[in-house]
Amino acid sequence: METKVIEEAADIERVLEKHAGAGRDHLIPMLQEVQERCGYISKLAVSRIGDHLDLAPSKVYGVATFYNQFRFQPKGKYHFMVCRGTACHVKGSLKVLDMIRNMLDLEPGETTRDRLFSLEVVACMGACGLSPVVNLNGEFYAKVTPKKLASIIKECREEENENEQD
Amino acid sequence: MIELEVDGRQIEARPDDTILSAVTRHGIDIPTLCHMEGLPPSGACRLCVVEVEGNPALVPACSSAVAPGMKVRTHTPRVLDARRTIVELLLGSHPDDCLYCARNSKCTLQDLSENLGVRQRLYRGEKTVRPTDVSSPSITRDPDKCILCGRCVRVCEEIQSVSAIDFAGRGCDAMIATAFDRGLNLSTCVNCGQCIVACPTGALRERSYVDEVVAALADPGKMVVVQHAPSISVTLAEEFGTKAGQDVDGKMVAALRYIGFDRVFDTSFTADLTIMEEGSELVQRIKDGGPLPMLTSCSPGWIKFLEHFYPDLIPNVSTCKSPQQMMGAVIKSFFAEREGVDPADIVSVSIMPCTAKKFESSRPEMAPEHIPDVDYVLTTRELGHMLKMFGVDLMAVEADTADTPFGERTTAGKIFGASGGVMEAAVRSAHFLLTGTEMAELDVQPVRGLEGAKEIHTKLGDLEVGAAVVSGLGNARVLLDQIRAGRDDLHFIEVMTCPGGCINGGGQPLGADIEAVKARMRALYRIDREEEVRVSHKNACVQRLYDEFLGEPLGEMSHRLLHTSYARREDLAEAGSKD
Ligand code: SF4
Ligand code: SF4
Ligand code: FES
Repeated sequence: METKVIEEAADIERVLEKHAGAGRDHLIPMLQEVQERCGYISKLAVSRIGDHLDLAPSKVYGVATFYNQFRFQPKGKYHFMVCRGTACHVKGSLKVLDMIRNMLDLEPGETTRDRLFSLEVVACMGACGLSPVVNLNGEFYAKVTPKKLASIIKECREEENENEQD
Repeated sequence: MIELEVDGRQIEARPDDTILSAVTRHGIDIPTLCHMEGLPPSGACRLCVVEVEGNPALVPACSSAVAPGMKVRTHTPRVLDARRTIVELLLGSHPDDCLYCARNSKCTLQDLSENLGVRQRLYRGEKTVRPTDVSSPSITRDPDKCILCGRCVRVCEEIQSVSAIDFAGRGCDAMIATAFDRGLNLSTCVNCGQCIVACPTGALRERSYVDEVVAALADPGKMVVVQHAPSISVTLAEEFGTKAGQDVDGKMVAALRYIGFDRVFDTSFTADLTIMEEGSELVQRIKDGGPLPMLTSCSPGWIKFLEHFYPDLIPNVSTCKSPQQMMGAVIKSFFAEREGVDPADIVSVSIMPCTAKKFESSRPEMAPEHIPDVDYVLTTRELGHMLKMFGVDLMAVEADTADTPFGERTTAGKIFGASGGVMEAAVRSAHFLLTGTEMAELDVQPVRGLEGAKEIHTKLGDLEVGAAVVSGLGNARVLLDQIRAGRDDLHFIEVMTCPGGCINGGGQPLGADIEAVKARMRALYRIDREEEVRVSHKNACVQRLYDEFLGEPLGEMSHRLLHTSYARREDLAEAGSKD
């Protein structure tokens, strides 16, 4: 954990260096670059970017939350992306989303306390033929039904239990 | 002068007028929501729209300049319709529970819907339900009542330069939030309450302690003691519908006694005590070479601001506790001993113009041996509310005088309630301390008035001193940046969190415009003008307190009871590394 924090801090500093002397119009690109490097926008990132651009943290956070692309918690070990594009919507992606929310007690953008699961909603993943689509750690699951989803989550949990026993 | 026609009448306007400012001066009331006195218009709410001949669209009066020959119509059916629709849409996502709302009958949204004749719910908008933020000891935030007008965000940023809150999210998820939507208590919020005063709805209000105080009054095992801040007597009457600027000191004392307080003390007494301590501290710093400039410490919002944003200047701030906390400290020590009461059986209440005082009284530094100097802080508004609860008609009450030993005050302590008052009181006494003589003319005009930044350079005996007075933290920031950059002609700086000082505090009666604040200020200086004893060092009860108990200013006992220290506050980055 410690080294991760230090790496994150270093990543953030690198972004600041790249935007040395920048004005407030650099806010969004800076947030994007931090998210790219760290996977999320941490409190440290908001604070450092705020210092850099002379913006209050509430302002940086406010701007960042205006766009759906930013998350404020690190991704979990199992990162679910649920497509809410039109095709998936028609095929019942809302049900799938609700199911994940209930089963994992998670809202989009959040990560469970144990850092295992995280959830993200995306507009369209370009896989409309497979709708409704869920992506878990880069792998696509096509035509997801609540039942199928339950078994995916169960598998993740089993994998974890095994890991723990080792 | 510019001539224009408004509703068929010719009126004169100044060249820098907006339609709004011009017509308001002529007694025409145009409703506004996002418009804020003294700040540039944001033109966001469109409630102030009017018709201007030759202009097909309605134009916002708050952000449109007047022009010669302009023809304006302020209340046509089209205008009224537009305004009504705006209010109906706002109500669309607003709860219907006015009866239970802290702002019932004092709500701008209610007034608007009443004035525009909204009689039914036309829309039912979707809005994310969020919990009330009760994390702060000073401010309660109920996001369900928020209509996203942005007034709180603007005061917090543009007047106070704190920016604890801002817009976050969007669409029906839009809200006002701190960074990472954490509790207000974890943000840089300094608890000034200026956002409450700005809020048109019940979304922001003080954290109320009325119930706790009522319970204490009913407890026969408790001795309940109350102190009232210098500015309360000149603002409380407004809660009972009078014009601003009436001093009701005696009536208020009587009313407090009537509802059951066992002793009524005047915080102006410890304001005098503060002058003795702080004045001595200043003289000592000048003799010992610093750290200078010395910064005042009576305004708790400012102290938290300093801890967040200027921790490097903490050594410059006076170590004196604020008058409220000094009073609390002497009540639970000297007074308790004299009365033979266990301090644990005393409930110490204070009536303050201020929401940050609630925070201050809850600071661990203010509870030696875990017994808080002050138990509950009520704002002027809460006192008004409580008196009504107890059926007291303030204006009909016969005046009475405060209790000994902490009821006597000089007018120097009283003017603490206005920006510049602490400085004036300090200058009067510092002159005496340094020269042994009284100033020929006690009025210190340059530090009076509502300007956000004032300065004087004067001679106290042989000593050339520079002093500055700032109110509103945005003004404080400008001056502190100069100090950081090396400015060194100042010895003493008075900082008040709220613009104009306590008379315009975040706990004062709502709806005061600049004229009302001026009237409150005049009331304080009238008292100063009309009374005999105008210098803190002549407060006989303060002298007696030194003789019988404290010893001397800055002595050992003073240090233990009346002084404290502050520390830098953790920022978001440090907080983040912990979770
Ligand atoms: S109390 Fe003052 S500092 Fe806190 S949010 Fe309101 S305006 Fe900002
Ligand atoms: S909390 Fe009050 S002042 Fe702030 S945006 Fe909401 S309604 Fe406006
Ligand atoms: S008051 Fe003019 S647009 Fe809001």
